Amino acid sequence: MAVHKRSYRSYAGALTPAWSRFTIITRYAFRNLFRSRMLTAYFVCCFFYPLGCAAVIYVNHNLSLLTSLNIREVLAIDADFFMHFLAVQSAFAFILTAIVGPGLVSPDLANNALPLYLCRPFSRAEYVIGKMAILLWLLSLITWIPGLVLFGIQASLAGAPWAWANIGLAWGIFIGSAIEILVFSLLSLAISAWIKRKIAAGAALLGVFFFGSGLAQVINAVLETKNGYLIDLGNLLTTVEGSLFGHANPVGISASSAWIALLAACVFCIALLERKVRAYEIVVG
Amino acid sequence: MAAVIELDGLNVRFGPRDILKDLRCSMSGRAIGLLGPNGAGKSTLINTLLGFYRPFAGTARVFGHDIRTETRQIRALTGYMPESDCFIASMTAVNFIRMMAELSGLPSDAALERAHEALFYVGLGEARYRRLGTYSLGMKQLAKLAQAIAHGPKLVVLDEPTNGLDPPARQRMIRLIREMRDTNEVSILISSHLLRDVEETCEEVLILKEGHQVHYANLEEERRANRRFLELETVGGDNGFADAVSALGCECALTSAHRMKMVLPESFAIRELYRLAGERNIQIRRLSYRRDSLEDIFLKAMESTNGRP
Repeated sequence: MAVHKRSYRSYAGALTPAWSRFTIITRYAFRNLFRSRMLTAYFVCCFFYPLGCAAVIYVNHNLSLLTSLNIREVLAIDADFFMHFLAVQSAFAFILTAIVGPGLVSPDLANNALPLYLCRPFSRAEYVIGKMAILLWLLSLITWIPGLVLFGIQASLAGAPWAWANIGLAWGIFIGSAIEILVFSLLSLAISAWIKRKIAAGAALLGVFFFGSGLAQVINAVLETKNGYLIDLGNLLTTVEGSLFGHANPVGISASSAWIALLAACVFCIALLERKVRAYEIVVG
Repeated sequence: MAAVIELDGLNVRFGPRDILKDLRCSMSGRAIGLLGPNGAGKSTLINTLLGFYRPFAGTARVFGHDIRTETRQIRALTGYMPESDCFIASMTAVNFIRMMAELSGLPSDAALERAHEALFYVGLGEARYRRLGTYSLGMKQLAKLAQAIAHGPKLVVLDEPTNGLDPPARQRMIRLIREMRDTNEVSILISSHLLRDVEETCEEVLILKEGHQVHYANLEEERRANRRFLELETVGGDNGFADAVSALGCECALTSAHRMKMVLPESFAIRELYRLAGERNIQIRRLSYRRDSLEDIFLKAMESTNGRP
């Protein structure tokens, strides 16, 4: 089908491996996302706090600087330090999800584009993974990756004994971030798949967290129970992350209950996606 | 010729409703038409062949691949142009078609090259850097066709390709379909409720009504067969003309004194009729082949009760 010939010809060249096709969606979405200056600026802002933390760690180990300032230690670099780091970055991650997430699936639904994706050798699961990979990358870059870099800096400055004694912190940073990224990504994709308008989908994502938290308080107050926290995603994530850093949640539910509730939320989101991400909806009846 | 599509007792059900009922057919033409009134099940059949809907009973095969178990292989061989507006409004045509070709498995560079080629081929070369959201309806239809052929499939499925097109745009679409058909590199399945579109492009036609298969016709064979049926109107002479024609091997029946219908043998040349008429001083006032048009076939099929032939 050369331009000058303008006749149909089939394609007989090489094909890309089937497993890699989900990355195409991710690649095109990234290209589109960073056209927005606002998003780019916000994304850069997400690295300010990790840079501050890195500076604190450096200053903490710079004896001459501390001596000249007559300070023994700026901050203790321990579980609390990394948990606080994760809490701050989680807030950034949530806002980033609220900006990026609603625009992932809803435009495809609004434009009826799903049949065009799914009529190719490309499954619904690959479509969802491709879309989810966008958030996985973005959120990873501002949560566990800088977290582990900070851990690495601290380990290199404090020495191997500190690293071995606190290796659980690295694990906590990674697992805590991973569950958070998974929940944020699945939830925003599910909402994006059910609400075609991007702004409404963004509002719904905020609503799930804030309305869920308010409803949990009402349930707890009315029924005199703590089980209301099971629908408070923010509290569930805090409980799980706290348990990973050795902190029990004094007011909420147990860590195991929080894990189960978060996994149930993920399964629910997958079910929502399974129902909505289809080439055509089947009208029964 | 190997079958392009085989329907083997295909039944599709949505909840309690049977949408497609026991379809059995083997189609091997370069261009296959799916005809039927609205709600006949044409789009459902296409969506089932593409693996969007699961059969309730029976199965179908596309190039020998079973739709129940080999959906991915079928999709790799197929290009699909949906009926409804399907595109990503914020993307330029060339980027959109490149992405779709990449999703079909083409490497990025090859996909870009073929996206440009496909857009030139359908006549959108000059508009290929424009956003799809700014396209007119006719241009969107052409862009949908471009994305269906960019990866060079063996089967192109076109669902109502001329929907909403003005006459020149429709002619352009029909010409493109015929050109693709005549390259012999691709088979085409066209779903339409417009008889003219199917008649102008297809060699085979499957007519559906209320989910039933009411007629299957090989239009090429029918056109060939029709060429053997002749209606003649003469002036002058006598009944001896009919006998003389019969003597040449034609089956001849007089419908009135000067009108006759005849079935010509395979090797019969029409000039023999003119020669006989000349010898007998008979004027041939009208000579017409029977033309059982697709409209006749369709109307006959629609007359069947409950969608059954």
